[in-house]
Amino acid sequence: MTKTDTALPSIPEIRAALTSRKAAATEAAQACFSRIDADDPTIHAYLALDREGALKRAGEIDSAAAKGEALPALAGVPIGIKDVLTQQGLPATAGSKILEGYRPPYTATAVRRLADAGAVLLGKLNCDEFAMGSSNENSAYGPVRNPRATDRVPGGSSGGSAAAVAARMAVATLGTDTGGSIRQPASFCGVVGVLPTYGRVSRYGLIAFASSLDRIGPFAANVRDAATVLGVIAGHDPMDATSSNEPVPDYTANLDAGVRRLRLGVPAEYFAEGLDPEVRQAVEAAIEQLRAAGAEIKPISLPHTRYAVPTYYVIATAEASANLARFDGVRYGYRAPDSNTLSAMYRRSREGGFGPEVKRRILLGTYVLSAGYYDAYYKKAQQVRRLLTNDFLTAFEQVDAILTPTAPTPAFKLGEKADDPMAMYLADIYTVTASLAGICGLSVPCGESREGLPIGLQILGKHFDESTVFRVGQAVENSQK
Amino acid sequence: MSDPNSTQRVAAEDVRRVAELAYLELTPEEETRMGRDLNAILGYIAQLNELDTSRVEPMAQVAEVLGNQPGSPRADAPHPSLPREAVMVAAPETDGVFFKVPKVIER
Repeated sequence: MTKTDTALPSIPEIRAALTSRKAAATEAAQACFSRIDADDPTIHAYLALDREGALKRAGEIDSAAAKGEALPALAGVPIGIKDVLTQQGLPATAGSKILEGYRPPYTATAVRRLADAGAVLLGKLNCDEFAMGSSNENSAYGPVRNPRATDRVPGGSSGGSAAAVAARMAVATLGTDTGGSIRQPASFCGVVGVLPTYGRVSRYGLIAFASSLDRIGPFAANVRDAATVLGVIAGHDPMDATSSNEPVPDYTANLDAGVRRLRLGVPAEYFAEGLDPEVRQAVEAAIEQLRAAGAEIKPISLPHTRYAVPTYYVIATAEASANLARFDGVRYGYRAPDSNTLSAMYRRSREGGFGPEVKRRILLGTYVLSAGYYDAYYKKAQQVRRLLTNDFLTAFEQVDAILTPTAPTPAFKLGEKADDPMAMYLADIYTVTASLAGICGLSVPCGESREGLPIGLQILGKHFDESTVFRVGQAVENSQK
Repeated sequence: MSDPNSTQRVAAEDVRRVAELAYLELTPEEETRMGRDLNAILGYIAQLNELDTSRVEPMAQVAEVLGNQPGSPRADAPHPSLPREAVMVAAPETDGVFFKVPKVIER
């Protein structure tokens, strides 16, 4: 489907071009818009474009570069934003009909930081409704198709963010990850996707799904670009009390340090029944290459892994049922017409505005929090969450990072799991664990299936040790060349 | 109240009750479908009962296991919030000052 195979420039290439020739930022933005015009009618990654704003901003960067002004970290880098983050002046739908036409009056901190660092913001990216889904088929605006095989899903919920990078419609994008929504689509689309530590990136301006789990992170075509973008958006924000004061290191500084003498754990539980043989083969080959590069590979156990998906679906839905109570047709978004009473207006607006998966999760979350079930489900899940977290804390006493497949299979076909919520939930089986424990990680491409579908390796690191995760990711990327 | 260990956890009346709590108005078809899905999901969740957690403290969020706590609360000092007009422009029905809604008291 691709018209040309020209790769977009990387972030360092854009930087170099800005100082060596005229209009490099405009060129990079134009290159993205050309791909969008050619391919997005098929892929459907973008829900809204800001062509005018982007080209104006690119022009400003080009003028600044021509005058020899100091250039900020992301000067002229074309970036797309998942549509659960607010950007003043553009719509924010969260992939839902209930927010159709809504234009938020403020900009998310992560988006603001990109803009302040000179990024050229292209538009808003398609996603599963309220980030609930693993295939992007739950978007009220239609699914995204995987650029690597258009009969396949791009993964979800940040499907548009992953597909835009894979289809070269952006140099980098922001996504969000609550149970795997950055890492799994990165794996399916063959790009790099980063789950930063809980609290690493401010969530001010993120339309909340599950507040003890939601995180914002970057997608990029390579590890270095992803590390650069994270460095810009990370750090404390007075507008988000859960954002950490932990200093933000230069994530690119140690990228080429290699993996010699790093201790990398391989948990047996992630290589059990249900893992596609081709995924297993690619992941094991990547692990062998890390061993050959000098890493010490250690078998480890994360014994409570099999309880992660049920734990996740209790906690995430409970929090979602509370967070989504704010969509009631009063202050913004869809209001059902002709209701006689306030409560009828609430019910009919929510009934008409939410899609089936969102309703399913609100119902489940309301159920597990309701009188008589709280202890049996919600408290139980919080207890198992501690066991799952302790599994990781114990493992990290012996290893510096952990290696697993990102997803049990390569990208599946559109419609394949759409009618079976349980089958869909199991697509997150290797990613929800890190979400519950709050640790960081990323997915990096580590091979392809015989059909040419990308396969991702998941690298998990200690709280606030993104640097090690990036360093291992860079070694994997180097071994793929 | 249903027994958390039975396979039929949620009856049609439970689905209606929960939908009412959540301010959702389900169609009869949705009610059937949601009842089926909730039973399947809750059946899967029931495997958590295999674990003895009687001596495990619940973990509500991640900050409590981190040595470094999240950023300290910001100073309790007033600062400007969004201008009223910028907010009201998104309201489905407003007189510019208040959000207008249908009748609140039902008789």
